[in-house]
Amino acid sequence: MSHTIRARLQLRRDTFSLDVDLELPGRGISALFGHSGSGKTTCLRCLAGLERASHGRVEVNGEVWQDDTQRTFIAPHRRPLGYVFQEASLFAHLSVRDNLMFGWRRVASEQRKVSLEQACELLGIGHLLTRRPATLSGGEAQRVGIARALLSSPRLLLMDEPLAALDGPRKREILPYLERLHRELDIPLVYVSHSQDEVARLADHLVLLEQGRAVASGPIADMLARLDLSLSQSEDAGVVLEGTVSGHDPAYQLLDLRLPGTDAPLLRIAHPAQALGSSVRVKVQARDVSLSLDADSTSSILNRIAVRVRECRPAENPAHVLVALDAAGSALLARITRYSADQLQIHPGQALWAQIKSVAILG
Amino acid sequence: MFMRPTLLAIATLLTINTAWADEVQVAVAANFTAPIKALAADFQKDTGHTLVAAYGSTGQFYAQINNGAPFDVFLAADDTTPAKLEQEKAIVPGSRFTYAIGTLALWSAKPDYVDAKGDVLSKGTYKHLAIANPKAAPYGLAATQVLEKLKLTEATKAKLVEGQNITQAYQFVSTGNAELGFVALSQIYQDGKVTQGSAWIVPAALHEPIRQDAVILNKGKDNPAAKALVDYLKTPKATALIKSYGYEI
Amino acid sequence: MFDASDLGAIWLTLKLASVTTLILLLVGTPLAWWLARTRSWWRGPIGAVVALPLVLPPTVIGFYLLLALGPNGLIGQTTAALGLGSVVFSFTGLVIGSVVYSLPFVVQPLQNAFGAIGQRPLEVAATLRASPWDSFIHVALPLARPGFITASILGFAHTVGEFGVVLMIGGNIPDKTRVVSVQIFDHVEAMEYAQAHWLAGAMLVFSFLVLLMLYAGRRDKAGWS
Repeated sequence: MSHTIRARLQLRRDTFSLDVDLELPGRGISALFGHSGSGKTTCLRCLAGLERASHGRVEVNGEVWQDDTQRTFIAPHRRPLGYVFQEASLFAHLSVRDNLMFGWRRVASEQRKVSLEQACELLGIGHLLTRRPATLSGGEAQRVGIARALLSSPRLLLMDEPLAALDGPRKREILPYLERLHRELDIPLVYVSHSQDEVARLADHLVLLEQGRAVASGPIADMLARLDLSLSQSEDAGVVLEGTVSGHDPAYQLLDLRLPGTDAPLLRIAHPAQALGSSVRVKVQARDVSLSLDADSTSSILNRIAVRVRECRPAENPAHVLVALDAAGSALLARITRYSADQLQIHPGQALWAQIKSVAILG
Repeated sequence: MFMRPTLLAIATLLTINTAWADEVQVAVAANFTAPIKALAADFQKDTGHTLVAAYGSTGQFYAQINNGAPFDVFLAADDTTPAKLEQEKAIVPGSRFTYAIGTLALWSAKPDYVDAKGDVLSKGTYKHLAIANPKAAPYGLAATQVLEKLKLTEATKAKLVEGQNITQAYQFVSTGNAELGFVALSQIYQDGKVTQGSAWIVPAALHEPIRQDAVILNKGKDNPAAKALVDYLKTPKATALIKSYGYEI
Repeated sequence: MFDASDLGAIWLTLKLASVTTLILLLVGTPLAWWLARTRSWWRGPIGAVVALPLVLPPTVIGFYLLLALGPNGLIGQTTAALGLGSVVFSFTGLVIGSVVYSLPFVVQPLQNAFGAIGQRPLEVAATLRASPWDSFIHVALPLARPGFITASILGFAHTVGEFGVVLMIGGNIPDKTRVVSVQIFDHVEAMEYAQAHWLAGAMLVFSFLVLLMLYAGRRDKAGWS
C-alpha cells in the first residue's frame, strides 16, 4: 500500500483538459508516454506542485502532497522530490559545484542520502565542478542537472523528457547514466517521454496518455505487446524481453539468453561476452519478426522460435497486419504484409515459427 | 488639385493683412503679464497693429536677445538689463524709457494674516518667506533690501525660499506652501485694491525703486508697430491702466 | 573654477541622487517584481502610472507635488498630522519629488531583467527546496544583476539631471534644495556665464561618462554570452 504513487488530477485550460487517475509502482521507473499535447508534462508538473490541479489528490509512498478534499497542498519546495527539466536549466550565475550544492545545502544533514562525490561519480561529472554552466556541452549540462536533482536526496525523481533537447550521440551518452541510476539507487522515477526506444530501454511501468486521459497503464512488457494500443502502430513498435545470460560462444561471438518460463526458448545474439546469470533486457522490433509454417533451418536467420498466434489486427498501413504471438510465456509482435497473412491463413491459436532477424540488447 | 485656390486665397489674405497692419514681437517681464494683456487689446484697437507677447525672466530674455531672439521690443523688469543692452548697442539709440515703477507687496493667501504695517514680518510665526531670486529678479533684490532696512536679514535667513522669478514666488504663497512672500503688487492688485488674501504694500522708501525700462531692440528698428507700441505706452490712457495694476509711473 | 556655493550644490546633488537611488531600489524592486510576474488586471494601470514621469513634463509633476505636499494637499496634511510638518522646500521634499520623477528609470530596467529571467529558474529552485523568498534572494536577484546595475545608473543620473521638479518645489535654498541644475540656471539668470560654463561642462562630462559606462558595459556582456 505504501509503495505506490497515486495521483488523481483534474485540470482545465483553454485548449486542453487533463483528467487522470494514476497508480504507479513506488519503485523503479514509470514512464508517462504520449504525443505532445497528451498532458504528460502537465501531469509531472502537478506531481511536483509546480502546477495545481483544481481537483486533485497526490500521494507518494504514503505521504499526501495534495488533497483538495482536505484543502491540503504542500508547496513544491516542501516536497522531497527531484525534478529534471527538458533543458538542463542550470543557474547561469553559479558554478557547476554551486549548482550541484544548491539543493544539498537546503536539505537537513540527517536527511542527506547522496554526497557530492557519489553524485559526481554516478554521472561522471567530477572534472566539471569548477566550470560555468555556459561552458558545458548539452550532455554535460544535463548530467549536472540530474546530479543536482539527486543531491537534494529526493524520495521521488521526476524527469521531463531529459533527452529530448539533445542530439543522438548526446542521448547515447546519457542513457547509460540513467540506467545506472535505475540499478544503483532505490528512488522511484517518473519519466516523461515520447520516444518508444527510450521507454523500452528504461521503463518498468508505462502509462499511455492521449488527450489528457490515461488510456492504459501496466508493466512495460505487457503494454508494448498489446495490439489494442497505439504503441503497436508505431514504426519502432516491438516488445522488450528480460533474459538471463546462459552461455557464450567465443568462437562465433554469440551470447545465449534464456527467457523466463520453464519451456522458454533460447535467444542467440551476436554480442561480446557477459557474466553468466546476469539479467539483460532486449528489444525485438515487430518489423524484424517474420513468420513461417515450418522450421526452415536453411536460412541465415539465427533465431527460430515456436510460437502460437494470440491475435491478429490490421495495421494503420493497409498493406500490413500486426500479429501478437506467444513464445512459451513471452510475448512477441510481428509486422507482416497482409498478403503473407492471407497466404499463411493466420488465425488465433495457430502454431507457427517466428524468425527473428535481429535482437537489440538494450544497455 | 482643388486645394490650390484655397491656398492662394489664404496667401492673398495674408499679404493684404500685412500691407496695412504690422505685428510687434514683445518680450515681457513676468510681473507685467496682466497689464500687457489688458493693454494689447486696446493697442490693437487704437493702432491696428498686433502685439505678440512672450513672458519670462529678464535674465533669460537678455541671454536670448544676445543670441538672436526675434523680439522687437523688450519690457524688462529692471533698468540695468536695458542699460546693458544699450551699452552693447543692441537697441535703437534713445529708445530706452521707464514704462513702470514696480511696487513690492508682502502678501499671504490667508485673509487677515498680514497686518496693515507689516508687523507680521518680525512677529509672525511663519515657517517660509518666499521671495524672487535676488540675483536675477529686481523684486527679489528689493525684497532683500527691505529685510536689510528692517534689520530682519538674520532673523529671516533660515525661512527664505526663493522662486526663480516673481511668478514662482507668487505660486509658493498662493498654494499655501509659504505663509508669506514678497510679490509684485501687480500680481495681486486690480482696480485699486488687493484681490485676494491679505497684503502690506511696502513703502517705496524701504528699497531702491524698481524701475522697469523698455527698449526697442535692433530687430524692431524698421518695424512701425514697435515704434507705435512704445509711443502707446507713454499715452495717458496706457499709464492710467498701468497704475490700476499697482505700478507707479 | 567652483565657488563654495557651487561645491555645495554639487555635494547636495550627489547626496540627493544617492539617497533617491537607494530608496528607488528598495521601493522599485518589489514593484518591478510584481509588475514582471503578476497576471492581475491591475498590471496595466499600475505600469502606466509608473511610466507617467517618462512622458510628463517635469513642471507638471512639480506642480502637482507642490499642491499635494502643500498644507492643503493630501501628502501635506498627512505629514502635518504625523508631526513632520510640511516637506516642501526641504531636502525630504526633494527626495520625494525625485523618487516620483526617476521611478520609471529604475522600475523598468528591473522589470525587464526580472521578466527576462522567466519562470524556469524559480521553478528549478523550488524543486531544490528553496522557498519563494529564498529563490528571490539567491536566484532572481543575482540573475537580475545587469538590470540592477542599469537601474542604479539611470536612476542616479536622471536624478542628477533633474531640474523642473526641483525648481517647482525646492525654493532654491543653499545646501538644502539648491542642486547643480538650479545653480546653473541661477548663474545664467544672473549673467554669470563663466560659472555657468564650468558647472554645465561638468554636467556634460558626467552624463557622457555615465552613458559610456552603460553602453560599454552592454557591449562587454554581449561579448561573452
